[in-house]
Amino acid sequence: MTYIVKPKFHHPSLPVNELGFTHRDYEGSISTLCAGCGHDAISAAIIQACFELNLPPHRVAKLSGIGCSSKTPTYFLGSSHGFNSVHGRMPSVLTGANLANRDLIYLGVSGDGDTASIGLGQFAHAIRRGVNMVYIVENNGVYGLTKGQFSATADRGSKSKRGVMNNDNSVDLVAMALQVGASFVARSFSGDKAQLVPLIKAAIEHKGAAFIDCISPCVAFNNHPGSTKSFDYVREHNEAVNRLDFMAPRAPIHVDYKPGELEIVEQHDGSKLALRKLHADYDPHDKLGAMTYLQERAHAGEIVTGLLYVEPEADDLHDHLNTVEHPLNELNEKELCPGAGTLAKINASLR
Amino acid sequence: MPIERVNDFVVRFANVNGSGSASANQLFARAVLRMGVPVAPRNIFPSNIQGLPTWYEVRITEAGHLGARGGVDLMVAMNPQTWDKDVASIEPGGYLFYDSTKPLPASKFRTDVTVIGMPLTAICNREYTDPRQRQLFKNIMYVGALTALLDMDVTAVEKLIGEEFKGKDKLIAPNLKALHIGRDYALEHLTCPITLTVKRADAVRDRIYIEGNSAAALGAVYGGATVCAWYPITPSSSLAEAFTRHCARYRIDPQTGRNRYAIIQAEDELASLGIVVGAAWNGARAFTATSGPGISLMQEFLGLAYFAEIPAVLFDVQRGGPSTGMPTRTQQSDIVLAAYASHGDTKHVLLFPEDPAEAFEFGATAFDLADRLQTPIFVMIDLDIGMNHRLCRPLAWEEKRAYDRGKVMTAAELDAGKDFGRYLDVDGDGIPYRTYPGTHPTRGSFFTRGSTRDRYARYTEEGGPYVDNMQRLLRKFETAKGLVPRPVRRDADKPTRHGVIYYGSTSPAMDEAIVELGERGHRLDMLRVRAFPFHQDVADFVADHDFVFVVEQNRDAQLRMLLVNEQSLDPVRLVPVLHYDGTPITARFIVRAIAEHLDALKITPLRKVVS
Ligand SMILES: Cc1ncc(C[n+]2csc(CCOP(=O)(O)OP(=O)(O)O)c2C)c(N)n1
Ligand code: SF4
Ligand SMILES: [Mg+2]
Repeated sequence: MTYIVKPKFHHPSLPVNELGFTHRDYEGSISTLCAGCGHDAISAAIIQACFELNLPPHRVAKLSGIGCSSKTPTYFLGSSHGFNSVHGRMPSVLTGANLANRDLIYLGVSGDGDTASIGLGQFAHAIRRGVNMVYIVENNGVYGLTKGQFSATADRGSKSKRGVMNNDNSVDLVAMALQVGASFVARSFSGDKAQLVPLIKAAIEHKGAAFIDCISPCVAFNNHPGSTKSFDYVREHNEAVNRLDFMAPRAPIHVDYKPGELEIVEQHDGSKLALRKLHADYDPHDKLGAMTYLQERAHAGEIVTGLLYVEPEADDLHDHLNTVEHPLNELNEKELCPGAGTLAKINASLR
Repeated sequence: MPIERVNDFVVRFANVNGSGSASANQLFARAVLRMGVPVAPRNIFPSNIQGLPTWYEVRITEAGHLGARGGVDLMVAMNPQTWDKDVASIEPGGYLFYDSTKPLPASKFRTDVTVIGMPLTAICNREYTDPRQRQLFKNIMYVGALTALLDMDVTAVEKLIGEEFKGKDKLIAPNLKALHIGRDYALEHLTCPITLTVKRADAVRDRIYIEGNSAAALGAVYGGATVCAWYPITPSSSLAEAFTRHCARYRIDPQTGRNRYAIIQAEDELASLGIVVGAAWNGARAFTATSGPGISLMQEFLGLAYFAEIPAVLFDVQRGGPSTGMPTRTQQSDIVLAAYASHGDTKHVLLFPEDPAEAFEFGATAFDLADRLQTPIFVMIDLDIGMNHRLCRPLAWEEKRAYDRGKVMTAAELDAGKDFGRYLDVDGDGIPYRTYPGTHPTRGSFFTRGSTRDRYARYTEEGGPYVDNMQRLLRKFETAKGLVPRPVRRDADKPTRHGVIYYGSTSPAMDEAIVELGERGHRLDMLRVRAFPFHQDVADFVADHDFVFVVEQNRDAQLRMLLVNEQSLDPVRLVPVLHYDGTPITARFIVRAIAEHLDALKITPLRKVVS
């Protein structure tokens, strides 16, 4: 299982974005995941989103925990620094990284075991603090890497490949994210790139803790009949409440929709989300309503997807801490060290 | 016969926690200091919950012996709950000062100590109506009485009260009044002075008086730490709290009023170290402060930081273990835990400051070492240093001192075509170059992971690159030996075959013990170890002597374990001297242990006598 570098040759006809980068420039090394794994589709969506947003790849920092899902940062954004940390602890590492340099984009990638089992605490606390990040859970209901044990997001009543029934209640990460104050909450499906890519783009443009729970079937251990995280099951029970048709960063929008069907959400940086309503009464700015609605639909066996909640003008951890605009990792002796004169005064006060 | 001493005795205050006694007791200690006489105060606080007993001990010592002495010459017994134990702890010929408002049966006293009763409660009830005032001023009142009993300079106390309440001037007069009520009562009704007295001297000089935790936190400010993540635990909380205070004072951008630092009270110690690792990976200087239980929780991250080579600074303010152990008592019992923290083959750099001045110095240097060596650095403090005020040399900082950010490759160097391999040993010192995230659009990025990789940070499970990397880490540890603070050697006035190794908070007790041992005719060379890995000086020192005592404050002789293990030293020649009951080690203890051993050596072997 050695790391494979993709050959870099640019076809002259490959489309380039505003920065002159091709799609290739956002790729990583070749995936070593199982063919057909949902996680690979999410990596592809991340690549697409970054390409379309014209992000300089090196300005993104990718962090993850441990698991098949957490391995994926090797497979996208090869020019970005990455950090495969320890199991369940990506949120704290990302928090620290973000404190050190507020100018980069932080992309946290995790699994359902990594986040909902071993890392439930860190997940909740990083979101609580409003760390400016995109936090994606590639949710397959099992521990893929350790060969198919149930994770904490496995639904009660779901059957494992070996026929074992899961009797424990599941953790609903979206509900938790809402409860602890994420300012951007979405759920999507790795099999629905059209839905996922704009959501990732919007999450990147969002300031504050943006959380995406992405159902991502594990073809090796959790894609059988009886599983509630199989491709077939998710397709059948997917209930999209809205559709983020596109993201228009800082540009005027011209759209043709009947009144009431489309909402333009403007984020702090001027970027705009064009949100097409699929459910007339679903309001993604009403947190309490969203929570109730999600509980009801979950009870009915539906998997609600879409942009579930957004607070366009959110604060982040740096606002709460009142840190300087300049990245902390660039401050020098002059700015940090009070100096010998001050120390003499301190000494004098201690006599 | 009453003990007769000038500027050399121990006063212990037995109080009820939450009764406001702490500031009065500190006032007493500071007043002695202001008279030019060194003091070594110690808090003994079994718990922080209101109503439980606490003690405050002040060793008054013109000779400057700052270690705990053991025994009490004057007991100020203000807590009925602990009365019996307190009375029993007084040295024969000592004094007992108590609140005599309620009469006590004769059986409650000792005949070999002088009893001084003062009806403090009655006086307070007469002078004040507010219950809180009655409580608070009772404390100041006994300080007033002590100034008379010990023949102290009352103007020193008056001045201190003025300084303490500067800005809250309304409080000055009532405090002065209470002080004088106590003093006047003593002068009028009690025999003053007693045979223990404080006399003006000039033995404090330019020394400062500071808690180790506060000094260490100031070291972190001077050392350029910008990120601190912590989780409250005694006895380390006051370090993070002091950092917060110092930053609010010295780290605000004057233009914008915004903070040049970020402090997170994390959800646990795992997250604390995770935040530190993330921040340090991203080029900020970051630290956590914790104690043994926290270090236990941090194990997995410590292995990651070691193996992925991420700078991190940890202040371990040690307390009594194992488990919750003795949370408010002192020990040096995390040495092995820290030195070999985490699974697999790991070794970490430890620094052992002896007092607040060194806690400051090492607290700052730790950040240079972490960046230079790209590895976790532990600053091993303990409760005795961390949570007590200690007299020490002034904190020092060279004006031109620059931070050593270690080997960080810049965008310009990458552009110039410099070969970047994250784990490539270009200089032969085992230390590779790193890049900060976001440095260059196309060069110098790498993937950080805790799993094995080759010199260019590419994932591999091949044995060759794994061994290559592990060997390089050993080379790096070898490099560390020359960078960490060197041991301090102090030889006896004449050559001797015996030596003693000690470290950290044992210093003052050892300094005192060596004098007494000398008086008893035992000469020893001394080596104060200031860091792990050990400098070559340590092995040389052991080689120079037949026997070396290793004095420590833990049960298992943990530093000795490291000496035997890392230096392949003969264990027979390393004699452990171990104090670990949770109280600070004393000169008395060291003298007894070492003298017993050396006296036994002097006895002629049995066989010789027979033949
Ligand atoms: C402390 C620790 N315990 C256990 C493991 C083993 N382990 C590795 S990945 C994993 C579960 C991963 O599950 P998930 O996050 O859902 O990722 P997936 O593989 O399903 O994408 C476990 C238990 C570990 N790496 N570290
Ligand atoms: S085991 Fe499951 S999660 Fe892991 S790579 Fe294979 S399909 Fe994906
Ligand atoms: Mg999983």
